[in-house]
Amino acid sequence: MIVRILGEGQVDVPDTEMDSLNKLDEAVQQAVDGSDDEAFTQSLAALLNRVRQVGSPLPDDEIVPSELVLPSADASLAEVRELLGDEGLIPG
Amino acid sequence: MSMGRRIALIFKAKANKVLDKAEDPRETLDYSYEKQLELLTKVRRGVADVATSRKRLEIQMQQLQASSDKLQGQAQQAVTAGRDDLAREALTRRAAANQQLADLQTQHAQLQAEEEKLQLASQRLQAKVDAFRTRKETIKATYTAAEAQTKIGEAMSGISEEMGDVGMAMQRAEDKTQQMQARAGAIDELIASGALDDASQPLGGKDDIQRELDSMSAGSDVELELAKLKGELPAGSASAPQALPEATATEEKK
Repeated sequence: MIVRILGEGQVDVPDTEMDSLNKLDEAVQQAVDGSDDEAFTQSLAALLNRVRQVGSPLPDDEIVPSELVLPSADASLAEVRELLGDEGLIPG
Repeated sequence: MSMGRRIALIFKAKANKVLDKAEDPRETLDYSYEKQLELLTKVRRGVADVATSRKRLEIQMQQLQASSDKLQGQAQQAVTAGRDDLAREALTRRAAANQQLADLQTQHAQLQAEEEKLQLASQRLQAKVDAFRTRKETIKATYTAAEAQTKIGEAMSGISEEMGDVGMAMQRAEDKTQQMQARAGAIDELIASGALDDASQPLGGKDDIQRELDSMSAGSDVELELAKLKGELPAGSASAPQALPEATATEEKK
């Protein structure tokens, strides 16, 4: 699975890690939904650390879309809200 | 749905919007390539802008450090001369200069991190743009419009995600640089006002503490000269004033 960390680039994460990443990702989503700044920063850091740990960087000249796109570690809850604000564009 | 998937879909939706507009999807390849080259130029300029801001901060940091050192020296000089009031004033200004310096060091570290990120983003984008050009030519040469659809979709959503990422990094860096420039302007004004002392001003320009210290040392120079002159008088000169009664009388008349 290809994952992008905004501002850092893309990594290839083994499919065996998907479950654990999805759980960490859900935790971030919950923090966003609950407007919990502290939980957001912590859960995002945990998710990014895991991605960096298990992922291998994609070569610069590879052009593929990512399955997960994650904010950078210093992103604020407000910035992520803004990022998700275009949600209307997505069908369903 | 998880946050990461939602953001990924937002990026894909943006790429699809561009694709949907074109009658022949192959046209979007050339259009996108133009946009990529534009972005690449912008990013390079962005890196240069951040570097300029960083250098400006470095000059200010040097100025503040020089002020701080100078004020420290003045405080020592004042204490030696028994002028605690002047020493206190110098130390107070030094504390203010040091506070500004500490703030600038933090800003500088942030700006440097931003610059490095942008530099890497620029390299990544360059590699991707080169790869895209090759892929675009292959797709155009090999497939009919209908066949090319899937290949183009992949290439377009991949590259537009990258462009979106780089675009946001640029925006962030620009915002930081603007904040920094406003701040740098404020510090320049503060230095110019003399509130933090200005060690960078041209030679001969002196602040009020220095002026007072100088006049004190000028005063003690006079005392020294006087003592020296007294020492040079011949032995038994203690009676000298009595030997010149007329001169003294003349002085008193004035």
